[in-house]
Amino acid sequence: MPERIRVLVAKPGLDGHDRGAKIIARAFRDAGFEVVYTGLRQTPEQVVTAALQEDVDVIGLSVLSGAHMTLCPRIMELLKKEKLDDVLVLVGGIIPDRDIPKLKALGVTEIFQPGVSTEDIIEYVRRNVGKRRHTS
Amino acid sequence: MAQDVRERVFTTISGVPIEEVYAPASIADLDYTRDLGNPGQPPYTRGIHDSMYRGKLWTMRQFSGFGTAEETNQRYRYLLEHGQTGLSVAFHLPTLMGYDSDHPMSAGEVGKCGVAIDSLADMEALFDGIPLDKISTSMTTNAPATILWSMYLVVAEKQGASWELLRGTIQNDILKEYIAEKTYIFPPRPSMKLIVDTLEFSMKHLPQWNPISISGYHIREAGSTALQELAFTLYDGIEYVEWAKRAGLDVDDFAPRLSFFFNAHNDFFEEIAKYRAARKVWYQVMTGRFKCRNPRSAAMRFHTQTAGCSLTAQQPYNNVVRVAIQALAAVMGGTQSLHTNALDESLALPTEHSARLALRTQQILAHETGIANTPDPLGGSYFLERLTLDMERGCWEYFERLDAMGGMVAAIEQGFPQREIQDAAYTYQKAVEHREKIIVGLNDFVSDEESGLDILHIDESVAERQIAKTRQVRETRDNGSCRTTLEALRKAAASGSVNVMPFVLDCVRSYATLGEICDTLREIYGIYEEPAF
Repeated sequence: MPERIRVLVAKPGLDGHDRGAKIIARAFRDAGFEVVYTGLRQTPEQVVTAALQEDVDVIGLSVLSGAHMTLCPRIMELLKKEKLDDVLVLVGGIIPDRDIPKLKALGVTEIFQPGVSTEDIIEYVRRNVGKRRHTS
Repeated sequence: MAQDVRERVFTTISGVPIEEVYAPASIADLDYTRDLGNPGQPPYTRGIHDSMYRGKLWTMRQFSGFGTAEETNQRYRYLLEHGQTGLSVAFHLPTLMGYDSDHPMSAGEVGKCGVAIDSLADMEALFDGIPLDKISTSMTTNAPATILWSMYLVVAEKQGASWELLRGTIQNDILKEYIAEKTYIFPPRPSMKLIVDTLEFSMKHLPQWNPISISGYHIREAGSTALQELAFTLYDGIEYVEWAKRAGLDVDDFAPRLSFFFNAHNDFFEEIAKYRAARKVWYQVMTGRFKCRNPRSAAMRFHTQTAGCSLTAQQPYNNVVRVAIQALAAVMGGTQSLHTNALDESLALPTEHSARLALRTQQILAHETGIANTPDPLGGSYFLERLTLDMERGCWEYFERLDAMGGMVAAIEQGFPQREIQDAAYTYQKAVEHREKIIVGLNDFVSDEESGLDILHIDESVAERQIAKTRQVRETRDNGSCRTTLEALRKAAASGSVNVMPFVLDCVRSYATLGEICDTLREIYGIYEEPAF
């Protein structure tokens, strides 16, 4: 039996809107993933430290405050430094279209804008974690 | 004639089952005088004024703020010129969390979700050219409410406006922060002390001010049902009254100034029932539980905002329709003031154009539809009255559970309201994903059309300008007097027995920054970290 997929759900920045983060954390758990939720207001350093300690396959970042273009680049930079650049990084929240190519260029794997179903995200994770495990 | 039905079970958006038909027998337990009363008469189910909007329309109050104080000041002047009748300040997240714009935690957040206010200098710019004794202002601030309110009061002082004439509201509702919105700083108990201080201060000095807006809006946005929004909000109200009474305040001195704030979601009748039940239950709480003598203590006044969480990023023009219907429910429910969301708010803060359209929506409702001609026009509907009675009953059931837990602070510490809301949010999400609830443009009637909307972008130069301004304030003020006022505040907070408001006012007058004042209070009160539920 394959190892369970390990996911870190994180809320970087100051916004306290955790409805989405908590729903996706629960949906991941219901799908059989191991989920660690960081709680609110994590600095990029805290997010990356948690990802390292928990040895996760996936980091799901939820940002609704508009600070994603400051927080995500910093997190990606720290992940590279820690040689965690094979971890899938998913970003959800209020992310305008025009920021998507910039985030992807930084190495963010996928962006989920409002309205995506949890089932689609779970399916995406299953497909892409498998790919990553094969190649690494 | 019997016919097939579209669905097996019909439910409200909150999952409450709805019968096929409502008739006189559905409300056989309703007594007009006891349960409804005429508008303006107890228990105020039908409204708190006898003529309602015939006397005065609701206040059209659009929540706004972004970038620097100077930019937001321009938007306020624009909205006032276009017929808005009250201001409502949105602060950016660092301000709400008690950080100055140059704090490391503020990186990327400056001016994004609201206006950046670090010191009195920013508040002066925010209201430049706006006479504070002529308008009413609502400020959405909770954990640092004493500080932002003090800044407003000092600006008024400098304009020569008497505090007695000031009209407005500070949200100042910390309980719903722990429950739902999560912009808390200090732990619950010292936070409650700060709120009691503001109640006492406003009673003495600002007779026309609402020192608290007890809010269900954020509870609903976090995913609660309509009933949970109602029950937790009113119970928060009970908790504030209990704490104020324990501090020695007389209910009738402050209760007339308590105000409420509800959400207006998509389920039209359920929402109207919620507002009607809210007034009735609050009347019963104030007269029964708290034995108030002043009739105004038991007459609930509330603000409403349409549901941000109901807006879709897909086909955003559909949001205009959603907002209009939600606003209609709020007016049918007898709201005192209203914010209508802009169509682009699931993507960004509104542009000037979308903000104006949102305001126009209210003006059309008020002036073209005839709904303001008579109070509670849906009163007497078998369906609505049944929903209202059921909403009330559900509310009392939640009150019993919360009483048994030892009140709301204790319930929060046990994670009860938080878990109830999380469960409701998850259930709703699943219902949407399984298409048991249809959202047009999202899980049905989907199209690939591009929105083509121009959305508002806040660039990083805002942060640079704001940080430069705050550093200049720190360099040019009298730092000696600033330190003295902060030290006096520290002692007052540590004593736990004196009202901190006069001390916060002195800090503000000396241009101490919001971050410095909050740090002083953090030192005494500590900070709150949410336990895992």
